[in-house]
Formats: sequence, structure tokens, C-alpha cells
Amino acid sequence: MNKKRKMFIRMIVASLVRRRSRMIVALLAIIVGATILSGLGLIYFDVPRQMSSQFRSYGANIIIAPESDGDVSYEKLQKSITYFPSNELEGYTPYRYENSKIHNMPVTLAGTDLGSVLKTSPYWHIDGELPAKNGEALIGAKLAESLGISKGESVSTVNTFEITGEMESIDIPDYEKYTDPETGETHCDHTLDLTISGILETGGSEEEYIYISLEDVEYLTLSKRGYDIVEVSVASIKDKLSEYTEKISKDIDGIKAKLVKRVTASESSVLSKLQALVFIVTAVVLVLTMICVATTMAAVIAERRREIGLRKALGAFNSSIVGQFMGEGLLLGAVGGILGSVLGFLFAQYVSQHVFSSPITFRPLLIPITIVASVIVTGTACLMPIKSAVEVDPALVLKGE
Amino acid sequence: MENLLELKNISKIYGGLKALDNVSLNVRKGEWLAIMGPSGSGKSTMMNIVGCLDKPSTGEVFFDGKDVSKESGKKLTELHRDKIGLVFQQFHLINYLNAVENVMVAQYYHSMPDEQEALEALERVGLKDRAKHLPSQLSGGEQQRVCIARAIINSPQLILADEPTGNLDEANENIVLDIFRRLHKEGTTLVVVTHDPEVGEVAQRIVRLEHGKIVSDRENEHFTD
Repeated sequence: MNKKRKMFIRMIVASLVRRRSRMIVALLAIIVGATILSGLGLIYFDVPRQMSSQFRSYGANIIIAPESDGDVSYEKLQKSITYFPSNELEGYTPYRYENSKIHNMPVTLAGTDLGSVLKTSPYWHIDGELPAKNGEALIGAKLAESLGISKGESVSTVNTFEITGEMESIDIPDYEKYTDPETGETHCDHTLDLTISGILETGGSEEEYIYISLEDVEYLTLSKRGYDIVEVSVASIKDKLSEYTEKISKDIDGIKAKLVKRVTASESSVLSKLQALVFIVTAVVLVLTMICVATTMAAVIAERRREIGLRKALGAFNSSIVGQFMGEGLLLGAVGGILGSVLGFLFAQYVSQHVFSSPITFRPLLIPITIVASVIVTGTACLMPIKSAVEVDPALVLKGE
Repeated sequence: MENLLELKNISKIYGGLKALDNVSLNVRKGEWLAIMGPSGSGKSTMMNIVGCLDKPSTGEVFFDGKDVSKESGKKLTELHRDKIGLVFQQFHLINYLNAVENVMVAQYYHSMPDEQEALEALERVGLKDRAKHLPSQLSGGEQQRVCIARAIINSPQLILADEPTGNLDEANENIVLDIFRRLHKEGTTLVVVTHDPEVGEVAQRIVRLEHGKIVSDRENEHFTD
């Protein structure tokens, strides 16, 4: 570094360090601006991930179903699940629906994986417990009311089969065979005794089903088949979710994955509004920072008119005066940007912990962006005050006029 | 002796007021000239024109034989940067730079800053041991000596001093005048603007201004080099 550049830096640093009481207001304004920029920037980019996790409490956002008639086989389900990154997959729950009877009233049984059901339906409110083993059932509140069933009660669910053709020769244990006197058809009834472990309250259509294990459904229906529907909960943004569903539908024959529009559309709408809000707040803060820095620099330059006059009298060209003050402003911007980047991360971390209850993802790229933005904002704010600095007449100011 | 500075029929008009009225003056190389006069006599205006900080409304200014009265602002800046050293009544030191840095500022705009040379300039005015002190830590006399060190650092052809002892006590006034004597001996041309007779009477030549006109121009018969 040549001596001239060294002296330039020496003057700028001396001006900021030895006149710190004057420059502290400008520096504070830049730090606040950079903190907000960096902090809200981190939140802006992290909000989709954070909100996606939050939205998962409203239920699954992807449904996998058979393309037409048929079902989703276990193998196809396992294959489709591999399309979701493990760090985004919150859970999935398969459902198999069957008709049955309780107290001679038709009911719909939903066989499911009771261990994973709360991962895709965390909003379920259960009065009692989830079924812990086969032979236990969770009943929807509406159905329980119409059947007059309460928690802890035992009920029998009955499936009736018509025995035809080859089935007549099959000896089915535990099944009660009988002939309908009116039609002459042979039927058998199979009964599954269930203990109601809890009542499900959601306020929605879920209250019209009885939830039992998949094994119990297979036992009751005497058949093993795939699933009617699979609910999947994935913590990701809408575009990526659409990408996953398109790939699954395209790659795996016979099944179709689709977004739960009710969830993803509202999620997308809230996200875009939140991001717009963060963007506007950041822009407003940056403008206010610029005004504050410009005001402070204008005051600083007014205060240093004699120094400017002296520098001109010593032979400084206008470009040197601009260089001196712009150098001070840009150094101030860089220092404010560096401090603001650190404080911004702490600010974002605090907000994230208190609003989303999870840590913020650190994005190193935001550090240079914050520093460059601070330098640009400060430089822009300095332009007008510096313009007045070059207009100083040395002959007048050195005489104290 | 050859003229360093020639003012020919200089007038300076501010609004309707004539600060200088058809003034002509020659300053010889190596001469020590005092410009004296009461407040409002036009001393400061003349100093600004001599120091190339301002242009006359009419008339011509020749510096080292070259007409500079029509030069652009940039050329004038180069001229007072390269050939003129300024000493002010108010010292005008940059308050956040220490003594040696204040001297180096003049080098910075002139050519290349050199701390060693700046320290030598401070040594010439007897302030080397105060080189790292800020202006606020120096007395008025010390600040004026830093101002002189800054004025001489680039070896100018002309030292232009505006009321250089105006804010000093007698002891410091004598120190400053001794420095001027030394500079004069070394061949530096000195133009000192003052209203203080004691300061004016030590100069080689004394010009008196009143109402923008030269009313007397005499050699100082008591001048001792």
C-alpha cells in the first residue's frame, strides 16, 4: 500500500475513531438498519420452512389415492414415500375404509396405522386414549352419539358375507353361517368385539368413523388389500410439494398424488402476505436509516465546513473532498453492516425461538449482502450532504464567515 | 531583485462594496512584507487574492511571472498547493488529527505523505516532542507552530500569514516571529497580514492599506535580519 493510501485510511479512521461521539448516531442508525435487514432477511427466507412446520398442525397437505378403481398397495406407498426428503417428511397415514354394522346400524370403519395417525392429524382431540392394541377402537363423537356409545364401552361390529360358489365348501372358523329363509341365500356373520378407548372430536367429517387397526380390519373382512387413501404431511413450500406430487403421479402407475388445496392454498396465501410484510418493513427501515444517516452526515459536514475549507486551501480538489467524506461514510456503512449482520442473526434467532419455537437457519450469504446493502445505503445517504461539502468556499470559511 | 508576485490594478467588488480599489503591488523574491491596516481596510481580501484563494474582479495577478488572474479554479488550487504556505490566525488544525498528521495532510495533497519529513518540520518549529498530541492537547502557541510546520513542509515559494500572532501571548509571538526570521534568512518570501504594529515593524517592507487602497509603501529602516 503506498503512503498516500495509508494516509487516506489514517485520516478516515482517525475521523471516525477520534470523533466517535459525533459519528455514533450515524453508526447506530446504520447498525439498526443492518440488523433489521439481516434479521428480517433471515426470517424472510426461513419463514416458508418455519410456517410449513407450523401449518402441519392443520393436517396433511398431500393425499395419495388410487388413480381410478383399486387401491394403493403397500409397495406403491413405500415407493412414493421415498420421493419426500426425510428431513421434510413429518409423517404419513394410510386408511382403508370398510362398511360394517354396530347395533344393526351401518357404520364405516377406518383401518389405519394408529401409531402414526397423530403425525398427519395433530389437531385431533381425543377424549380418552388412542387404541393401543388390536381390539380397541376410537370412535367419532357424532357416531358415538347416534349409536349411544361411550368411552370404555365394549361393542361388537359385524360383517355379513354371502357365501357363494366355492366359498360354500370352505370351512370358516368362528363364523356363524346361516340361510336366509326369504331368499334362500347362505350368509355368514363375523363379529369383532371392540373396546372404545376414546372419543374423537374434530368438528369435521372424521367424527363419523370408527378407527381401528389395519389388522382388525383384515380380520373382520377376511381380506388383505391396499389402502383407499394415504395422508402425507410434508414440511415444504408449495412449489416443492407440487414437484413431489407430479413426480409420484408420473412415475408410479395406478396412483395419483395431489395437494390438499385447502391447506396448501391458505399456507401459500399466508406465506406470501407475511413475506410481503417483512419486505415492506425492511424497505421502510432502510429508507428511515438512509434519512437518519443523511441528516447526521449533513450535520457532520456543516460542522466541518472549516476543515473542508482548510483542505481546499491546502490544495484538495473536489474529488479529494468527496473521497474523504465518502470514505468515512462507506467505512461507517461497512462497520455498521458487519455489526448489524451479527445482531441481525441474534434478532432473527430471538424472533424465531419466540414465534416459531425453533431455531433460525443461518445463511452465510446474508452477511455480505447486508454489508454491501449497508454500504450502498450509507453511500447514497452521503451523496447530498457531500454535494454541499464541495461547494464550500475556502476563502470565506477560513475567515470564519 | 526579481518579483515573485505582481498585482496590477486589482479591484475586488462584493455587491456594491469595493474591498480593493485599483491596487498595484510587487513582492520581490525573498522579501518579508507586512500588509497592515485597520479592520475593513481590505487586508483579508488582498490575502485571499495573493494566496490564490480568490480572484480579483478586475486587474491582473502575476505569480512568478505567470498571469494567474484568469486561471481556472483547478489551476489556482494547484498553484496555492504547490507554491504557497498558509498560516492562519485561528490555526485551523484538523482537530481529530495529531500534530504530525496535521502536517502530513499538506504533504498528502501536495505529493506524498512522509512522516519522517513531517517530524523534521515539527522539529524546525521546536515541536517534535509534541508530534503525537491532538490540537486540543496543545497550547495556542504550539498550535500556531504546527500551523507553520504545515505551511513550510512543501517548501513553498511564498509563506502567507494572516494575523499569525493574533491569538498568541507575547512569549509565543516572539517564538513565531523568530521562526519567520529564520525562514526569511533561508530565502523564503513572507507576506504577513497584520494590524499589530509590533509584528508589522519587524518586516523588511511595510504596506499600509486603508479603504481598499494602498496609502503607504515603505522599506523598514529598522529591519534587522
